[in-house]
Amino acid sequence: MPARVRRRGRPSAALLLILPSIVFMAALFVWPLVSGIAQAFSGPDGPTTAYVRRMADDPYFWDATRNTALLIVVLIPLQFALAVVMALLMRERPRLAGLHFYIWVVPLAISDLAAGLVWLSIFTDRGYLNSVLDQLGLGTYSWLSFEHPGTMFLAVVIAELWRATSLVFVIVVAGLQGVPRDYDEAAEVFGATYWQRVRHVILPQLRPSLQVALILRTILALEAFAVAQALTGRNFPLLVGETYQWYYTLQNPNVATAIALVVLTLSIVAAVGYLRLMRRHPEAR
Amino acid sequence: MTHRFEPRMTRRSLLALGAGAAAAPLLGACGGGVSTSGADAGKGGVTLMSNQFSPVEEKQRFEKILKDRVTGEKVAFNQVETGIFAATLQTQVDAGKVQVSVVGALHGDLAQHAARLIDLDDVLGGLTDRGFAPELTALAKLGGSTTKYIPWMQASYVLAVNKKALEWLPSGADVQKLTYDQLLAWTTAGRQANGNKPIFGIPAGVKGLYHRFFQGFLLPSFTGGQITTFRSPEAVTAWTYMKQLWAQTARASTTYDNLQEPLQRGEVLIGFDHVARLVGAPADKPDDWLMVPAPSGPKGLGYMLVLAGLGIPEGAPELDKAKDVIKQLTTPQVQLDVLRQNAFFPVTNAQVPTDLPGAVALAEGAVRAQREAPHAILSLPPVGLGARDGEVGQIFKNCFKEICLDGKPVRQVLDAQAGELNKIMDELTIPCWQPDPAGANCRAA
Repeated sequence: MPARVRRRGRPSAALLLILPSIVFMAALFVWPLVSGIAQAFSGPDGPTTAYVRRMADDPYFWDATRNTALLIVVLIPLQFALAVVMALLMRERPRLAGLHFYIWVVPLAISDLAAGLVWLSIFTDRGYLNSVLDQLGLGTYSWLSFEHPGTMFLAVVIAELWRATSLVFVIVVAGLQGVPRDYDEAAEVFGATYWQRVRHVILPQLRPSLQVALILRTILALEAFAVAQALTGRNFPLLVGETYQWYYTLQNPNVATAIALVVLTLSIVAAVGYLRLMRRHPEAR
Repeated sequence: MTHRFEPRMTRRSLLALGAGAAAAPLLGACGGGVSTSGADAGKGGVTLMSNQFSPVEEKQRFEKILKDRVTGEKVAFNQVETGIFAATLQTQVDAGKVQVSVVGALHGDLAQHAARLIDLDDVLGGLTDRGFAPELTALAKLGGSTTKYIPWMQASYVLAVNKKALEWLPSGADVQKLTYDQLLAWTTAGRQANGNKPIFGIPAGVKGLYHRFFQGFLLPSFTGGQITTFRSPEAVTAWTYMKQLWAQTARASTTYDNLQEPLQRGEVLIGFDHVARLVGAPADKPDDWLMVPAPSGPKGLGYMLVLAGLGIPEGAPELDKAKDVIKQLTTPQVQLDVLRQNAFFPVTNAQVPTDLPGAVALAEGAVRAQREAPHAILSLPPVGLGARDGEVGQIFKNCFKEICLDGKPVRQVLDAQAGELNKIMDELTIPCWQPDPAGANCRAA
């Protein structure tokens, strides 16, 4: 009898244990998702695609989509290259390593809007950069003007690079600390060059950290908006900035939700894509 | 033993005390009685919530006026953004827990809440000596038969001109009676003479009010309407003109939230904006500046009247005091204080004094000349759009973006945006506002 009770009790105990996370996920993820979909696809007269069409017809939407994609494609490889180089430098334990680490991680503590404003004071028409150029007699340039989309994009990339690379850096440093030095030393004994060791010994062992960092950074890059907002206003629209615009300024939560769903879809596609890509890799090796 | 423990205990209790003191206000804020309406007038005080005077200096100056001039009540002035204004008024009245006694906002902001405002015929009846213009008290009925708000103050948009620019004014043009063609010729000549640097600017930044230029000035002057004529052949002419004007306009305009700062810095010499966003430019050297009425087009001088009113939400606390505050805000003294300090113009017959600060006197003259022009076409900021006001404004901004910035064909852009406009207007089914003919549902023909 007691054994039977225990056996029957076991699954319910497991259920009890995961119940908090089920409730948590349902309340904070599934429910908002369902009501979000409902808000984007139902109007006063029942189901409608009017809000999605309104979104697609908006002249800012496709610019925002293109800019967001462009930002991710340009930014993330740059950030990973920089973060890995910085982490490898730290691995060589330079003098004042702690101080270097601290300085590189400072941007992590700064809010993205503040970071945007800092870079605005540099790139704006009468900002620090133009002041320096003017003093050097090179003449000034409207970096953030809508007429110069190239430099506008460059400014956003630089600001985001400064602000968000440290996140990748911290994850890579943490991952690097878990890589035993034995492999590296063994490879060195066998005469592998530094580049060969990085390529074939260190990077493969960093894969789990890189995967986490990649997913996190892509999702965060999809959410980026305050930096671009501060630097360029709506001249360089991004998807999340558009949801803010529609929700807050234009007071149309339905279209805002439709755009948010696009961001959600892209996030899920990116996360699933990375997981598959990274999983297939070890077999190929 | 005890002797040894004492300092430790003290330190610990001190820490606890410190933590408690730090947490108390936080916890207090979490408790009941949270005010969602910000500034608190305290018991028996009157809370005035408004979306006007958003620049912090304007807000502080108005608070001083309230403190100095309103007697009998303590008024807490609670300045909020338009979205928050609408949401607060709506939720407080609909939930039956009203904490705001008086609301002050533009005609269009109040129009959407007509059902949430009490009738103020009695207040207006007691203010016959103020001499409100009949067109203002008619607007204050919000389309119904009773008075829903008391006119508070008015404003408009004009051109500010640095006198340096006058040397390039085309011959035969009177700067006080410009036409749009003369403005274009002037800005073109100015640009050429100024080392190819444009001298004209519009507030096309994220928080700029440039859509009002299209809605209330350019389009009424060319088409005689705002919504109904949105895609008329005259509108095509107007936007084609705008494209030419933009070619002579400072490119940095897309970063200008107001024109007074670039004018003051000398980046541009002629600027169009709301008077309250222009008066800062001539403040230091009024003799170097002019303020002139907006140009006129083929149909006349289209200009936008910005009218703000004071209303009382249904179920507001301190009703009698609230009415008294409204009465006091329409006294000549307060009306002139607001004019002097914040450049909003009296709605009453208050005699405008001759000792106005230079910049305000300039603005006052321009606004009056604009209103009194023989061929003036009065237009209003959209009425009855409610939460969709931003979206309709955005449609005009989209036209500007696509036609002027992206260089798309005018006809194609207007047709596409008219489609979007009509989708919104068809959902709302509201009557037109001036200058469009009142009556049937408002939509682009």
